[in-house]
Amino acid sequence: MSKRIDVSGLHVYYGDFLAVEDVSMTIEPRSVTAFIGSSGCGKSTFLRTLNRMHEVTPGARVQGKVMLDDQDIYAPEVDPVAVRREIGMVFQRPNPFPTMSIYDNVIAGARLNNQRMPKARADELVERSLRGANLWDEVKDRLNRPGAGLSGGQQQRLCIARAIAVEPAVLLMDEPCSALDPISTLAIEDLISQLKENYTIVIVTHNMQQAARVSDVTAFFNLAGTGKPGKLIEMGETNKIFTKPDKKETENYITGRFG
Amino acid sequence: MATTTDPTSTGAAGGAHLRNAGLFGGTLPRWVPPALLVVLAGAVAGVLLAAGAFNAPLLAVLTTVAYAVAITVASAIVENRRRATDRLVTAVVYTCFALAMVPLVSLLWTVLVNGLQRLDGYFLSVSMNGVTPSMDAGGVYHAIVGTISITGFAALISIPIGLMTAIYLVEYGRGRLKQAITFFVDVMTGIPSIVAGLFVVALWMLLFGPGNTNGAAGAISLSVLMIPVVVRSCEEMLRLVPNELREASYALGVPKWLTIVKVVLPTAIAGITTGVMLALARVIGETAPLILTAGSSAVAINWNLFDGQMMSLPVFIYSQVRMGGAINYERAWAAALTLILVVMLLFLLARLVSRFFAPKLGR
Repeated sequence: MSKRIDVSGLHVYYGDFLAVEDVSMTIEPRSVTAFIGSSGCGKSTFLRTLNRMHEVTPGARVQGKVMLDDQDIYAPEVDPVAVRREIGMVFQRPNPFPTMSIYDNVIAGARLNNQRMPKARADELVERSLRGANLWDEVKDRLNRPGAGLSGGQQQRLCIARAIAVEPAVLLMDEPCSALDPISTLAIEDLISQLKENYTIVIVTHNMQQAARVSDVTAFFNLAGTGKPGKLIEMGETNKIFTKPDKKETENYITGRFG
Repeated sequence: MATTTDPTSTGAAGGAHLRNAGLFGGTLPRWVPPALLVVLAGAVAGVLLAAGAFNAPLLAVLTTVAYAVAITVASAIVENRRRATDRLVTAVVYTCFALAMVPLVSLLWTVLVNGLQRLDGYFLSVSMNGVTPSMDAGGVYHAIVGTISITGFAALISIPIGLMTAIYLVEYGRGRLKQAITFFVDVMTGIPSIVAGLFVVALWMLLFGPGNTNGAAGAISLSVLMIPVVVRSCEEMLRLVPNELREASYALGVPKWLTIVKVVLPTAIAGITTGVMLALARVIGETAPLILTAGSSAVAINWNLFDGQMMSLPVFIYSQVRMGGAINYERAWAAALTLILVVMLLFLLARLVSRFFAPKLGR
């Protein structure tokens, strides 16, 4: 189920503007990879290129290769919609569908694609996904209530349940805890540690303690200078990055001397 | 009215202290403004009666002016300048609100009083077929039929075209074409309705030769007026749908068209319904294009949009008023009341629909 991502020589453009320059990395299956770096250095942009979500922005394009196991997701015959079914995404702000109940939100991936499934299977999928997102016990008695009525942390876990209900191989998370309180953050971090047994997880975070707590591998991005594109500075075992990084820039950032 | 704070509630000692510090000035008690209004109205009425020039509008105007002056002066003496300004502006705002309500209430009242003389089951259920203009008989059923089928057909044409244009503008359009469409929709919004009628008359002349008037022509002239309104209101509503919802849907591997159909439209449906109803209400009272296209002399019930003249409520009102007899005026008022009732019914329906479909946020 879980798959490896191999990026080589990736440039990301918005129109003529080069946003991220020359990134190459390997993201291992069944692990958590964290992207850290200052705001505007291209972490989120790069993350969105991994499931071709950046294409939603007019004028955005990439050069380079992104391999999902042995399939190039930017090959001309590849359908971006199919890529996104394989690589799910959780956003910074919880965004459950306001017109749908909790139940419908979870199976939205199937319902919106007009897939018919028997009631029993749908029930089973909803329960499995909500359990997978540690939300089942809190909402099992009110599955038919609107998803937007939950608290922020619950909404975010609902979004995670929605993402894992389509059974992707990879889960991308773009600052999933930045709008949440510490207790909800803890709940989501616990969830991430459980999910990595089945999924490849990539998480963008501004919280370095969070990166240190949840990730196996950390990648540090930075701008080459004002108005210059973002770059991958260093990537390695989280322990190593946070204790004795190879690059001076990384050390400065994680010790809080800049950024 | 402005809220007043009671300084004594902070305790006598603290209140005195704060009063010295200038945080509390004097305050007019809450009952002063209404009492002042009543007293002034009485005084003005007395003066007018004494002068033998009593009438209601004059009383209202003089009382309003007197009240605005009195409350401002009283507030300036007891309270302070800021409060005085606040009270003056409050008085002005309420006056403007009352002024805006005057024509509305007066119109509804007049239509109600005049219309109810003739509005009954008989009037609503018979046509004018075989009724001479001055006969004490006949009704408006044929015009209701015409109004419903013409506006219904106009809505059938306009809503899909308008909605899809709005979807194009919000979800797909970019560059020159989008700008051009936006521009022409704006221009179309300003087309005088008689021009839309003439356009369809010319079109019918080309297609079917002279002398061909029917309901469909009326419906098309109405849809020329309705489409731009539908486009504008739907466009606004679709833009209000947060982009995050679209992204959430894309991230689940849902194609763009399904995202629009199943996420964007349901989220915006309440606003779209209201917008469509407003557009419908705008065209349901159109008279000029219908006189030109659907005719103004039909007296019989005609459900067929494609065959012969069709009466509608606004045109019925127009032609009855032009006949000029007392009974014609009664019919015209009753038809006006019917038209207002039809529009109100539509709005009620729209409210129900949008409440039913609105995104649910409750716990």
